[in-house]
Parts: sequence; structure tokens; C-alpha cells
Amino acid sequence: MAEAQQLVLAGADERDLTQLAEYQAVGGYQALAKARGLDRQAVIEEISTATLRGRGGAGFPMGRKLSLVQPPEVAGKPPYVVANADESEPGAFKDREIMRRVPHRFIEGCLISAHAIGAKHVFIYIRGEYLAEFEVLKRAADDALDAGLLGDVTLVIHRGAGAYICGEESALLESLEGKRGQPRPRPPFPPISGLYAAPTLINNVQTLATVPIILDLGGKRYASLGPEASPGTVVYSISGNVERPGNYELPLGTTIRELIYDVGGGIPGGHELKAVIPGGSSVPVFTPEEIDTPADFDSIQAAGSFLGSAAIIVVDERACMVQLGLRVEKFYMHESCGKCTPCREGTRWMVSLLEKIESGRAEHADLDLLRNVCNRVLGKSLCALGDFAVWPIASYIDKYRDEFVAHIEQGGCPFGGESSLEGVIAPIDQHTHSPVAEVPA
Amino acid sequence: MSLRDEIREAAAPYPDARSGVMNGLHLAQEQYGWLPLEALREVADALDLTPAHVQAVASFYDMYHLAPVGEHLVEICTNVSCALAGAQQVVESFERELDLRAGETSDDGKVTLRTIECAGGCGSAPVVLVDHRYREPTRPDDVAGIVVELRGG
Repeated sequence: MAEAQQLVLAGADERDLTQLAEYQAVGGYQALAKARGLDRQAVIEEISTATLRGRGGAGFPMGRKLSLVQPPEVAGKPPYVVANADESEPGAFKDREIMRRVPHRFIEGCLISAHAIGAKHVFIYIRGEYLAEFEVLKRAADDALDAGLLGDVTLVIHRGAGAYICGEESALLESLEGKRGQPRPRPPFPPISGLYAAPTLINNVQTLATVPIILDLGGKRYASLGPEASPGTVVYSISGNVERPGNYELPLGTTIRELIYDVGGGIPGGHELKAVIPGGSSVPVFTPEEIDTPADFDSIQAAGSFLGSAAIIVVDERACMVQLGLRVEKFYMHESCGKCTPCREGTRWMVSLLEKIESGRAEHADLDLLRNVCNRVLGKSLCALGDFAVWPIASYIDKYRDEFVAHIEQGGCPFGGESSLEGVIAPIDQHTHSPVAEVPA
Repeated sequence: MSLRDEIREAAAPYPDARSGVMNGLHLAQEQYGWLPLEALREVADALDLTPAHVQAVASFYDMYHLAPVGEHLVEICTNVSCALAGAQQVVESFERELDLRAGETSDDGKVTLRTIECAGGCGSAPVVLVDHRYREPTRPDDVAGIVVELRGG
């Protein structure tokens, strides 16, 4: 069984680390003092040596990102640090736990990063639904300010208001600037032109909360933990049909089998594993034959999917894959910002074809058309949401084709109303959402 | 403090006051319960923006209400992890107890029931938010008690 190894959540089981004094009692904010004693380049080198890869989904090396941020003397503009706390990938709930239990470690990571790029402003963009976490973070930030730990840095906590797309970094920056959260064309990338068109470092909560640990341990020692290409720990979020759902901080590279059966306690009620989503609802699905894949960035990618936000969703044999596809696709249709035509229109086409298949009205040609629409949406939008809307559906069709075909040949759902997902109402089905009742004069 | 002053104060830490629009909308919604045109105008005036821009922003985000909602808001996540944990049975229990369909507000204006997308409570599914506070997990058996609480309070 995988050994728990707590770095990001270290100490939170024994002490109330939301209290500044408690966090300082376990060495909190010493990494910040150490970093401030070093010049910017030395801090960046330490993080580069650690080969820390972003924990938000893309796995981009943080050290490289830091070194791409134009220093103020080159850009002629003040650089900014933006923390992406908009966690909204279905299945992901690790950042919520990190903010609720170790808010100071996260804030300390933000402040060290600010020092590394010479930023005087840190913005934390937290999803609007995380109200309790906002309150914990706000108090922690106020306490840090009162204790003089912020130095000359202004820390602003910005509440979102319910939009999945704002987890996408360029949409997040638009939203933070007070606009609709619609992605920007790139290049330029945020390290060159981000918030207010100034050089911007943007990283996920867990990535930033790991920074003080790297300064404590030293980059070399951090790099020696876990697999060579993606060292360190990750907080796996395990949910769905599993005995013990929850967040588990473990070394990267724990296999999916271990995560489901050892860590998660297996599938309840004697049911059988049917499918597992390894990185949040946007990624290609794995069949039970693929669960010996180690859950790290490179191994999962080599097996045809993505680690994403390390959100593992376990699905047992009672779920209809067409219904699962419909539920997932309605989410992406609802969350498509509408800017790029392939994503806006494609998601609607996919939902409509999936509904046709599920209801038994489809012909074989409709399944081919659905697969064709997938190909026509893939890679054709400004941000990855268009791809996220395709990867799961294409993988369900490719890996569970017999089940899709059975819907067509039997003229209805082979589960006969007994699927575990039967009748699920998606918000998109309610039709009362945000009606525009009045038009400004 | 007036709403206008609150909105301006919340915008002050940003290098550009336009960034205060989302906070402004949150504050206005707290005061009005939803975002009538009058509220959008107040946010616009406080930040020197046009009402059209403020409405464009407000209509983008799910948490801003452009139509009246009940005194209490019950939101049920029905995304994948909650659905696998039986969210639909929770929706149906609320629909029965409140005599409402998801997406509707009770005639007395007391409760709005709606389903929402993933709220990040997948580890303790199914998740219900009552007036923005997480109740996790909420099982069908818990629903009657929550409804009594809402009707009483």
C-alpha cells in the first residue's frame, strides 16, 4: 500500500494550522524569511532544481514559468502573482482542503513567489462557492498582515461567482480585470502579458503551497522524492463509487489500482469496477484493464489520458456510459463561454446526439456523426475547454462502443431505467437560469 | 456605510477600479437579494462603468441572480461524483417536500430550489448548499429536516 507522505498538509492533523501562532510553531513563515534573504534568481533556481510541476492540471514546470516572467526593469511594468484557487473541475476538491486547513502555507508560498519575481501585488482568485474557505483565508491574510509578514506586498482575495471557465488562466485574468471570463488568444502568455497586460505568474493553490516546503527542504532534496520526472507529493481526490472517498496526499506515481482498492477501500456493495476517470471529468477514461498505470503526469499521458488535477472518479458497473457521457457533456455545454464557435456549437451537437442515442431514436450513422463532431471540435478553440468537451466522450465511445451500439440496436437504454445515473437533472435542464428580465435603458 | 461606498472601498486595493465589479455585484446582491436593474446601475455608478457592461458581467456568472430568488436558496450538485452518490434521489426528495420542481421558487417566496454544477464536495457527496453553506453529505433522509428548518427560519 502507498505510504502517506504529508508535505502540503503536514501538521494539519495534529494542530489547527489556520491559527498563525500554531503555524509559526511548526516553522511557518521561516521559508519566507529565508527566501527574502536570497536574491530573486537564487529562489527561482531552488524551485527549478526541485523540478516542481504545476498541480493545477497542465503540469508545467514552475521554475520555468518563474524564469519566463519578465522582471520589472525589463517590462517597465509591475509584475503580479495570481493564485488560481478557482478549483472547479468535476471531481477535484484538493485546493478546498488545502485552503481550509493550511491557509498560511499557501499564503507563504504566494509571498515567496512574489519575492522571486519582484511583485508587490498578490491576487488570490477563489471560486465564489468556496465561501467558508474564503473566510478562513481572509482571516489568515489579515493575521499575516497584522504580524507584518506581508512586508510591502498587497494581498487581495478576489471572489469568483460561478464559472468553470475562470479556472482557465486567461479567462481568470479577464474575470479579475472585471470582465466576462472569456479566454484570450495566446501568445502572449501571462509571464509576458497577463493581468493588466503586465508580466504575471499564475499558479494553482497546491503548487504555491508546495513552495515553502521546497525552500525548507532545499530543491535537491525535494527532487529526490517520488518519480524522477515528476517528484514530490500530490493530493489525490478520490470520489464516486468508492468505500472511502476523500483527499489523500501521496507520492506521485501511486497506481490507480492502489488508489481505488488500498487507499479508497475498494468499491462498496460488492459491485464491479467499470471505468475510472483519472484526472477530473475532462480527461479520457480508463477501463479496468488500465488501472495499473502509475498516477503521475508522464505515465498517465503515455497511457492516453491526463493526470489533470489528480481527481480520480470511480464508476461501477451500474452506470450507463451514454448517461455518463450526457451528464459530462451537459456540463461542458453549460460552461462553454461561447467565444469560439466549435466549442459553443459542438457541445450542443454532442448533447443532442447523445440524447438521441440514449432515448433509442438513433441510427448507426448518428454514432459515426457523434464521433465525427468530436474530431471537428478537438483542437479548434482558443482554450482547452473545447478539448475537455471531446476527450471524455470520444473515449467512452471508443472504449465502450458495444454499449452505445446496444442503445441503437435495442431502441433504448439497455439498463431499462436501472442505471445508477438514471434521470439525473443537470442545471442546463432547468431553463430558469439567469433569465435577463430587463434591458438597461 | 452606503452600498456605493462599500463597493468603492472593496475596489480600492486593485490597481484598476474596474476589477471591483464582481465584488460590487456580490455586495449589491447581498443587499437586494438579487440583481434588479437598479442594483446594476448602482454598481455601474460606483465604479464609473456603463450599466450595460455591468449587466454583461452579471449575466456571465451562475451565482448572480438576474431574476428574484427565494429568501432561502437550496442548491444541489448533480455533477458526476454527486450523481454516482445518489444526488437525483436528493433532488426528488426536495421536490416532494417543497412541492417544487428544480429551478422553481415557492409561491410564498420562501425557498428557491435549483441544481448546480460541481461545488467541490465530491469527497462527501451528495452535496447540498443551503444559503451558500455546504451540507455534506446530504442523504434523502436528511431532506425533511432541512425543509422544516427553512420553513421555520
